[in-house]
Amino acid sequence: MSIKKLPNRDGYGLGLIELGKTNPNVIVLDADLAKSTRSDWFQEKFPDRFFDLGIAEQDMLGTAAGLALAGKIPFVTTYGVFVAGRAWDQIRTTVCYAELNVKIAGAHGGVSVGPDGATHQALEDIALMRVLPNMTVVVPCDAVEAKKATIAVASIQGPCYLRFAREATPVFTNEEDSFQIGKANQLVDGSDVTIIACGPIVYESLLAAEELQKEGISARVLNMHTVKPLDAEAVLKAAAETGAIVTAEEHQIFGGLGGAVAELLAKQNPTPMEMIGVKDTFGESGTPEELAEKYELTAKDIVKAVKRVLARKKD
Amino acid sequence: MVPQSIENLKAICRDVRADIVKMTAAAGSGHPGGSLSSVELLTALYFNVLNHRPEDPHWPERDRFILSKGHVCPVLYSVMARTGYFPVEELMTLRKFGSRLQGHPSYKALPGLESSSGSLGQGLSIANGLALAAKLDGKSYRVYCLMGDGELQEGQIWEAMMTAAHYKLDNVCAIVDYNNLQIDGKVEEVMGLNPLVKKWESFNWNVIEIDGHDLAQVLKAYEEAANHKGQPSVIIAHTIKGKGVSFMENVAGWHGKAPNQEELERALQEIYGGGK
Repeated sequence: MSIKKLPNRDGYGLGLIELGKTNPNVIVLDADLAKSTRSDWFQEKFPDRFFDLGIAEQDMLGTAAGLALAGKIPFVTTYGVFVAGRAWDQIRTTVCYAELNVKIAGAHGGVSVGPDGATHQALEDIALMRVLPNMTVVVPCDAVEAKKATIAVASIQGPCYLRFAREATPVFTNEEDSFQIGKANQLVDGSDVTIIACGPIVYESLLAAEELQKEGISARVLNMHTVKPLDAEAVLKAAAETGAIVTAEEHQIFGGLGGAVAELLAKQNPTPMEMIGVKDTFGESGTPEELAEKYELTAKDIVKAVKRVLARKKD
Repeated sequence: MVPQSIENLKAICRDVRADIVKMTAAAGSGHPGGSLSSVELLTALYFNVLNHRPEDPHWPERDRFILSKGHVCPVLYSVMARTGYFPVEELMTLRKFGSRLQGHPSYKALPGLESSSGSLGQGLSIANGLALAAKLDGKSYRVYCLMGDGELQEGQIWEAMMTAAHYKLDNVCAIVDYNNLQIDGKVEEVMGLNPLVKKWESFNWNVIEIDGHDLAQVLKAYEEAANHKGQPSVIIAHTIKGKGVSFMENVAGWHGKAPNQEELERALQEIYGGGK
């Protein structure tokens, strides 16, 4: 049976429409990528509350800051590389320092952006956003969760970064599943190892757990959709109960989810860890499948990482 | 607030200048040069132009002032204190541990500040966002934004210039403190801006060029800007860096250096001309 696939930016578009209906303060800004980011779905329904700032991300962030200062809830939208990278100082000094209620959507996260190549594949955005005080970082795993995350960030005060992928990826969560910012969802219970993942690679983690089950290895899978604030309770519980951790993200292995988990465990309960992610290199053009294979981001790679970590696990 | 006469404003400007040199001397660091060049621009704005309530800094209908060149916060803190946002004595806590008067403005630290700033080039975008919100909400408040001339070298400002004109934000009034100096020297030698008036005009702004130390011209410029519809306005104010303290005037070195005790005394003597 083939699983339904949708790009998780579609969930963003649907979430924005929902917010447009229920919250008159929601404003959407884009930087000439409205069709690609799905912010045009909001534009079509609420043209008076949509503003295109042109190809000017830094100005877009500042404009959003002004709107937030006046009580609006602006969602700024563009590719992750162009917002988290190019407008980082605006996010730091104008938005986060003043703790302004600006929501930032970074589309096209990860190498699975594909043929556009390295310039357009955000691989550092989680790290860049996570290091900022007052920032919340949410990385939804599929389109259903992306919609929930979009709606959820509007209801909390302060800056938030939402990360979406480009390609259609499996939709494996359900409308009725709970979604709470800062609270990991345990998708599979297990006792030998825990796979902690965020974004569409959560699905690969599920496939890996299935594969491991066949070999008699019991893997827990946590969907860590909120990278900041990290659900420390779930991570510490996993470390205590399973004694080995593998993190998985479509991001540099430095500074992202793996880094966040490692920082916590190093202090509270040092635990053998492996990290799945891009290993300190840039991406390139290719199909998402070719790139996932090359950069070792598949279920198969997660299985290998689990075996490596289990070999180092303390009894 | 009751508008002040030009004579009163002149006297207040002397106090503001004295505050600037005293604050930076007490802090042992800070930016007197560009603060002194903006004194008339901000004194006129805070005492006679802004529709605001210092005792109620969150009043939703207030006009907003965004300080884009955050390093000249001494002049802003001074006019805020002297219009009643906080006690004048607090000015001497500038840059000290625990002070609400951070070395560059912190929105969360001090009620009455409308944004944080210090990393240059960001204020006009913020002003545009506030102005856009006013248009959306049908509110009549105006948004003012002070920038330095050196600051105009930041690309984001030119993005924001396009945005304000594109969305016809006639409730935005930008002010350029055109004192011709920046840290590394003369603006025209570091990275030239000329012809500045033509640049703003070609970006579809209403340009008002004045002597930024002539209070009558300053007040008239704010009025003209408020009456101009369909376009944002910019006041290009020709000023003198370090104005009012002879040994600081037109010297780039006083951009970010505090006077010592002897220099402070000389400065105060010049500002008050021998008697307050």
